[in-house]
Amino acid sequence: MKLNTNSNIYTIIYTTILVVLVAGVLAFVSTALKPKQQENIALEKMQSLLRAARLGDDASAQNNKSEYIKALYSEHMTNDFVLDYEGNVIEGEAFEIDLQSQYNIIKKIVAAKTPETAQALREQLQLPVFVCTIDEKVLNIVPCYGAGLWGPVWGYIAVEDDFETIYGAVFDHKGETPGLGAEIAHAPFYNQFVGKKLSKEGEFKSISIVKGGGQADNPNGVDAISGGTITSQSLEQAIAMWLNEYQAYFNIKRAAIGSDDCCGEECCGEEHNHDQNGKEPCAGEGCVCKKDSLNHESHEQYTK
Amino acid sequence: MDKSILKNPFFKANPITVLVLGVCSALAVTVQLKGACVMALSVTVVTGFSSMLVSSIRNTIPNRVRIIIQLVIVALFVILIDQFLKAYAYDVSKQLSVYIGLIITNCIIMGRIEAFALGNKPFPSLVDGLANGMGYGMVLVVIAFIRELFGSGTLFGLQIIPQSWYIANGGFYENNGLIILPPMALIIVGCIIWAQRAVQKELQEEQ
Repeated sequence: MKLNTNSNIYTIIYTTILVVLVAGVLAFVSTALKPKQQENIALEKMQSLLRAARLGDDASAQNNKSEYIKALYSEHMTNDFVLDYEGNVIEGEAFEIDLQSQYNIIKKIVAAKTPETAQALREQLQLPVFVCTIDEKVLNIVPCYGAGLWGPVWGYIAVEDDFETIYGAVFDHKGETPGLGAEIAHAPFYNQFVGKKLSKEGEFKSISIVKGGGQADNPNGVDAISGGTITSQSLEQAIAMWLNEYQAYFNIKRAAIGSDDCCGEECCGEEHNHDQNGKEPCAGEGCVCKKDSLNHESHEQYTK
Repeated sequence: MDKSILKNPFFKANPITVLVLGVCSALAVTVQLKGACVMALSVTVVTGFSSMLVSSIRNTIPNRVRIIIQLVIVALFVILIDQFLKAYAYDVSKQLSVYIGLIITNCIIMGRIEAFALGNKPFPSLVDGLANGMGYGMVLVVIAFIRELFGSGTLFGLQIIPQSWYIANGGFYENNGLIILPPMALIIVGCIIWAQRAVQKELQEEQ
């Protein structure tokens, strides 16, 4: 008997079986390859964090890239921890925190109608911080995440131990327009952030990404990308939103730098590196005022 | 089996230069040789195996939904490739980004299935698919060679043009930034078509 391949029943059964078969194959492959893919994603995150601290740019030239990045990461990334909205260290694995879910909370906080709802939402926040040590320098790396034009944009910003100056930054995106918005992921854009300040006249001020923002006498701005206006604006917003949530922590740290607890009374009397041995810790884990971590010049800056 | 199945896609019926299919991706992924090679390989695998699979079930496919069935099969192979690249060649996968997914819409694949696989046995279909993929890939690699060499001064990421030639180092040479951009790729495709037609006179239309 010859099957009537044009009958309705045949068509429905045929397509159903085919689709189930295809779905089964895909599900199997996806599950089988997942661990390997996750590893790649984790490695990429490590590389982004290192790039924010201006490390590992030569990774692509290495023979064993993944080993190189892992080695570099374990060498420099000395600590990571999770903060609550008040800047206290809470339990959690900083590396595992899903930025998107945190972004959803922050987005709701910004949109909250009453201070009470905002407060209730704030208490759910888990903010990751990564500490990177390069020789004597201690950097705090904080993430940002937001909605770009076509998909998420995110990045990491490394802040120097005055909690004001940006040491380095790196950004990435899911699907911004190549050549326009996608330029945020390239060095000419994110290198503009180096040396910019996160404050103006003592108040917190985020980095503005605008046309003509990159002038040397403007410590709070960088040039936007022409043709990538929406991406630039979303990134600016994302950075401002996230850094705003980190201000509590930054303020604690800034206060600690200026105080005697951290640096000792004799700080400015003579030329020496600050020795905090035996002093009270600043704010527990992740304190930047480690032994010898502040040199004299930077201290003068704070006390001015 | 007719040898022309294997030979035609390279010159006489090349998907890009003669059939003018798949030009979009040829402009998009040819900035660097590495990306172009991975793309060429991926398209070859997808065209070859989806042609073969469609051909082997060609007598059972309900005619009214055949395009959808073909699309499902093509999508299956594309997603498989995407997943494998993400697991084993993450950098390349990021660089090619959406274009791997967009292989599904590459006209060459559906074109070959509709025009060839539906009416031929599995093995010739496989050969036809692979040959078309390679014909496409060949043009891709040629374009990428020109673009990477003159646009970035490198091949496969290795510096080919001596550093001392560059103006920045006191030389006389500078990379051509225009070649990096897609419009220049279209002009290169045009030049390749021109060259091919000049050599193969039978491709020229009668006046």
